[in-house]
Amino acid sequence: MSQFAINILFVGASFLLYIGIAIWAKAGSTKDFYVAGSGIHPITNGVAIGADWMSAASFISMAGLIAAGGYANSTFLMGWTGGYVLLAMLLAPYLRKFGKFTVPEFIGDRYYSDNARMVAVICLIVASVTYVIGQMAGAGVAFSRFLEVDSTMGLIIAAVVIFFYSVMGGMKGITYTQVAQYCVLIVAYTIPAVFISLQLTGNPIPALGMFSNHADSGIPLLTKLNQVIMDLGFSKYTADVDNKLNMVLFTLTLMIGTAGLPHVIIRFFTVRKVTDARWSGGWALVFIALLYLTAPAVASMARLNIMTTIYPDGTDAAPILYEDRPNWIKEWEVTGLIQFEDKNNDGRIQYYNDSEAFAPEAEARGWEGNEFSYNRDILVLANPEIANLPGWVIGLIAAGGLAAALSTAAGLLLAISSAISHDLIKGRFNPNISDKGELLAARISMAVAIVVATYLGANPPGFAAQVVALAFGIAAASLFPALMMGIFSKRVNNVGAIAGMLAGLVFTLCYIFTYKGWLFIPGTNNLADTPENWVMGISPLSIGAIGAIINFAVAFAVSRATAEPPQEIQELVESVRYPRGAGAAQDH
Amino acid sequence: MSGHSYDAENYWKANLRLIFGSLVVWFLVSCGAAMIFRPMLSGISVGGTDLGFWFAQQGSILTFIVLVFFYAWRMNKIDEQFGVSEE
Repeated sequence: MSQFAINILFVGASFLLYIGIAIWAKAGSTKDFYVAGSGIHPITNGVAIGADWMSAASFISMAGLIAAGGYANSTFLMGWTGGYVLLAMLLAPYLRKFGKFTVPEFIGDRYYSDNARMVAVICLIVASVTYVIGQMAGAGVAFSRFLEVDSTMGLIIAAVVIFFYSVMGGMKGITYTQVAQYCVLIVAYTIPAVFISLQLTGNPIPALGMFSNHADSGIPLLTKLNQVIMDLGFSKYTADVDNKLNMVLFTLTLMIGTAGLPHVIIRFFTVRKVTDARWSGGWALVFIALLYLTAPAVASMARLNIMTTIYPDGTDAAPILYEDRPNWIKEWEVTGLIQFEDKNNDGRIQYYNDSEAFAPEAEARGWEGNEFSYNRDILVLANPEIANLPGWVIGLIAAGGLAAALSTAAGLLLAISSAISHDLIKGRFNPNISDKGELLAARISMAVAIVVATYLGANPPGFAAQVVALAFGIAAASLFPALMMGIFSKRVNNVGAIAGMLAGLVFTLCYIFTYKGWLFIPGTNNLADTPENWVMGISPLSIGAIGAIINFAVAFAVSRATAEPPQEIQELVESVRYPRGAGAAQDH
Repeated sequence: MSGHSYDAENYWKANLRLIFGSLVVWFLVSCGAAMIFRPMLSGISVGGTDLGFWFAQQGSILTFIVLVFFYAWRMNKIDEQFGVSEE
């Protein structure tokens, strides 16, 4: 059977499974549609959060990101897991106790203000839309790469599948498909990683293999990796970072942003009670960690593998002849993700860091420039071929990459559509709408959101590439502080919360736009986006944490100067703090 | 649960103490051991690199898991102790 047929088989089978689940888990009420009837088991919810959270970026790109940056990019690992500690202790149990359907709804009720709710809706939509465009585009790319269809066509197929289970089943359909998608993606990620770890270190657990001895040389794998890449002029893999302030702030921004992302928060509304919300935070982290503990191992091992493939006799000897390159390089060259140009016409692949510091050595060896480059995604996508694994593993990677993209996209689309049908249509324009009417509105909003996301995925606007800055920055600087203060302070009032959210948001966006261009339009930035220009060395991607602090400070100051919240609001705060009487999400 | 009963206040204080303690650990492993204090821990070697690197790529994630489960377990006990649990 050809690889193409195997890929079709795996992807097709996984899609049939998702559609089957959709038919089985049809939503009958708005409660089913928004929060899966609030009857999900905490472990099931943990698995679903894992799939919801791990996007095409986590699955395909994260290992490559860490491989390229080494220690410096550990920020992503800590940031995208540490947020769950905040979520599980500071938000999830209390928001579950509150027992409503959306994030803006809590903000609107707690701050007794429709305006606060609308600010939250806008923040939610901007953050989620930015995020979903990347997922849709990622699904299109995964399709085109593995199934040899045009990426727009691939995007449309992906949209049809998501449409099927999310419009029919809402949160209920999404939850159970996410469980299936998690299984597909984690198996696909782990199998090649285990084999690579076995080959390189003899240890079947990649997270341990990474700190074991390299089988061929007998020295620790990371020491070997450091040696090899430094011999070729690259910076040390485990090297420390000078600008610790920026590193800490970036990690905190990712953490706080993670905790404030609505599509993750609403998953905690699906469990039956407060204790379940606490437990599912822990389970979510376990299922996320299965991939996140493996990713850094894949990163270091795949990077070493590429180096030793090109320099089979060590870095002092001549690199491999282009003629003799392994099959996987040939195959991925076709896609353009691996590129080679024989600059000195010696028929060999010189791969090194073209830096000034390395120039004398390159010249001495007769090299006329780096000849080899690869897209970072290769580290995961080509993993099975690098490890000489059979074709079905490649099929699995194809299905896994798509599962990661689809599950995250569906979760985001649900957050967007419930904000529209519940917060805008029912909350603002037509409060008397019947449950049936609202369910229909929710389905239509979902369908529209899918169409818009598909269009934007095919024609990504400039801001789509700024997921980290925009989605995490906004969630950290506006949503998270408002939610947290709503639970932990009885004193913060409507004026204070709105002032805080706007201050955090405006400050964060202005700082980002100053360096990245206003509304990300190229050429409109006031300062070049380089470390010398950053205030105190803080990158625009790290500013969300400062935005959050500003939000807290402004909200407290303004609340102090204005009237205290009414008695019934203080009682509401009191009631979300105590688990007793949570029960089902209220119909209202 | 209504009003400011003595127990309710102590329940909330117990929760705040638990959260505070957990977040101190959360901060110390990630921002501390993995980043700010990495140079100080560089003497402790772990498989070809140092303890700070291990915390950055493995240890902090493992600690986060323990923290969240510990919090859930302790909080459920505290719920019971103060008679505010759901059942």
